Amino acid sequence: MIEAPILAVRDVGVSLGGRTILEGYSLDVGKGEVLAMLGANGVGKTTLLNCMVGLRHPERGSVTRMGRIGYVPQLFQSTFAFSVLDIVLMGRARHLGLFTAPRKADYEVAERYLELMQVAHLRDRPFNALSGGQRQLVMIAQALASECEIMILDEPCSALDYKNQAIVIATLRRLNREMGLTIVFSTHAPQHGLEVASHVLLMNDRQRYRHGSVAEVLTADNLTNLYDVAIGRAEFGMGGRFTFAPTYVQ
Amino acid sequence: MRSATATWRVSFAALDVRRRGWLVVAALALLLVFSVVYSITLGRYGVSMTNAWLILWDHIVPVANPTWSDVDANVVTAVRLPRILGALLVGAGLAISGAALQGLFRNPLVDPGIIGVTAGAGFGGTLAILMVGGGTVVLGAAFGCGIASLLVVRFLATVKGRTSTLTFVLAGVVVTAFFEAAISIIKLLADPHQKLPAITYWLMGSIAATGYSDLALMAAAIVPPSILIFMLRYQINILSLGEEKARALGSPIERVQWIVYAAVACISAGVVATSGIVGWVGLVIPHLARGLVGPDHGRLLPVSALLGAIYLLLVDDIARTATVAELPIGIITALVGVPVFALILRRLQSKSGWAHD
Repeated sequence: MIEAPILAVRDVGVSLGGRTILEGYSLDVGKGEVLAMLGANGVGKTTLLNCMVGLRHPERGSVTRMGRIGYVPQLFQSTFAFSVLDIVLMGRARHLGLFTAPRKADYEVAERYLELMQVAHLRDRPFNALSGGQRQLVMIAQALASECEIMILDEPCSALDYKNQAIVIATLRRLNREMGLTIVFSTHAPQHGLEVASHVLLMNDRQRYRHGSVAEVLTADNLTNLYDVAIGRAEFGMGGRFTFAPTYVQ
Repeated sequence: MRSATATWRVSFAALDVRRRGWLVVAALALLLVFSVVYSITLGRYGVSMTNAWLILWDHIVPVANPTWSDVDANVVTAVRLPRILGALLVGAGLAISGAALQGLFRNPLVDPGIIGVTAGAGFGGTLAILMVGGGTVVLGAAFGCGIASLLVVRFLATVKGRTSTLTFVLAGVVVTAFFEAAISIIKLLADPHQKLPAITYWLMGSIAATGYSDLALMAAAIVPPSILIFMLRYQINILSLGEEKARALGSPIERVQWIVYAAVACISAGVVATSGIVGWVGLVIPHLARGLVGPDHGRLLPVSALLGAIYLLLVDDIARTATVAELPIGIITALVGVPVFALILRRLQSKSGWAHD
């Protein structure tokens, strides 16, 4: 039995000021899948993500969402000095009426996900005073507080050091394995794909892309092709684990 | 003394923001009552503090043995009280409008004038003074033109059914510039001996002519929209994260924006129609309020309203007592407000409610 995709992108084309940015992108994301998107800077990863989230209406084609979306933008900063709890609480937006403020139940949901993301101790700190890694976890807690079924993250690991990258990636894996959350994220590190993803989308240019399972699509040849830099497969020498890295180091 | 204030400040800072909000609201409400009573005693006809309290109290529970004369009662009830209440309304309305728009636009330089309504209402009023001379026509023309200018801004800013904040602000600036030029033309055309001074004084702002009928109109234009803005407090919070984020969180942002714009337009047009153009309150007060209770609009809006009311009341006290002739409040809000603003901002820099890098 084939289950209907929770997120379906059909022949999506986006134009901006007469210039075509994306053309003919089609892919399905099944429930419980984790999709990693890779591609060079400026290839349109954020544009495609915005179409999936619904922030952008593609000029051609369609995006069908069969579940609530939680969106974690790249490096979010707040203009005002809101506390961490305030920020997570705002994830409740879609469950509130036009004229209502969050109630006790909403606070409980926010606190629960702060707890789950292990950032409860930061609840009263100003959001902008947090480190990049902590901020990312708070934004994930916000998306969870919105009770999303699909979480879409725009480069959740950019500008993070190795430790924080590992924390964010481990968090995504935990959310997928334990809660069955469907996740779509963009990244520049193929290893992130290997660590959490079930599927990969390689965006070569505005109309050429490869989409499939990690095993069949995430290969050294495809990555070399994608980035136009020689990329090789590197073994860690334990348990058959490996990663992909540029081979320009002699 | 020094250490006492220091201790107080430390314990105030340590208070939970939510509880601090209530403390600030209570303190400001108390201050508001005292400012009202104090303002009643001010003026060329002396009224003692005790009598001021008793006359006010008499309206709630009749006092058995009046210690005041009929003239006292008349001065307080018929002359000073409506003007004082008018100042409170104008100050509160402008401050709430400014706070809401600063949150929506995420810009510290925004004041209610930015959406073009103030200039539009100013144009309507000056045109009415030129054509008719005065009276309720000025009120109606100012209010009508103010609301109409929001519609013009909306038309200019909406492209293919969508309005971005940037085009909205630009449209507001364009409409403001247009109406200011139109006001200049009217001033050129006006009779320099009668109409021109009338126009100039009206534009500089005054609550001098306030009686109870004016007050009722003012309240009708200011109170319901202010309540509406307060009811949207949480949606304004969400929008203050940025439009994109708010949209992704599922907030009905267009609806929230237009309700706030319409409410602010109603307040601004009402203020200009009854009291002329009163600048600075809507810009300055929200910053002070944010410094006291932070950026959550659930606390920020009421605290702004209270601070704005107290501030404009004191400004109006200066306007009517500083010199023999009446001073336009627009001048005082700028002359007094700006240096005070600069000083307080320096002290609040670290906890202004805006995030810093």
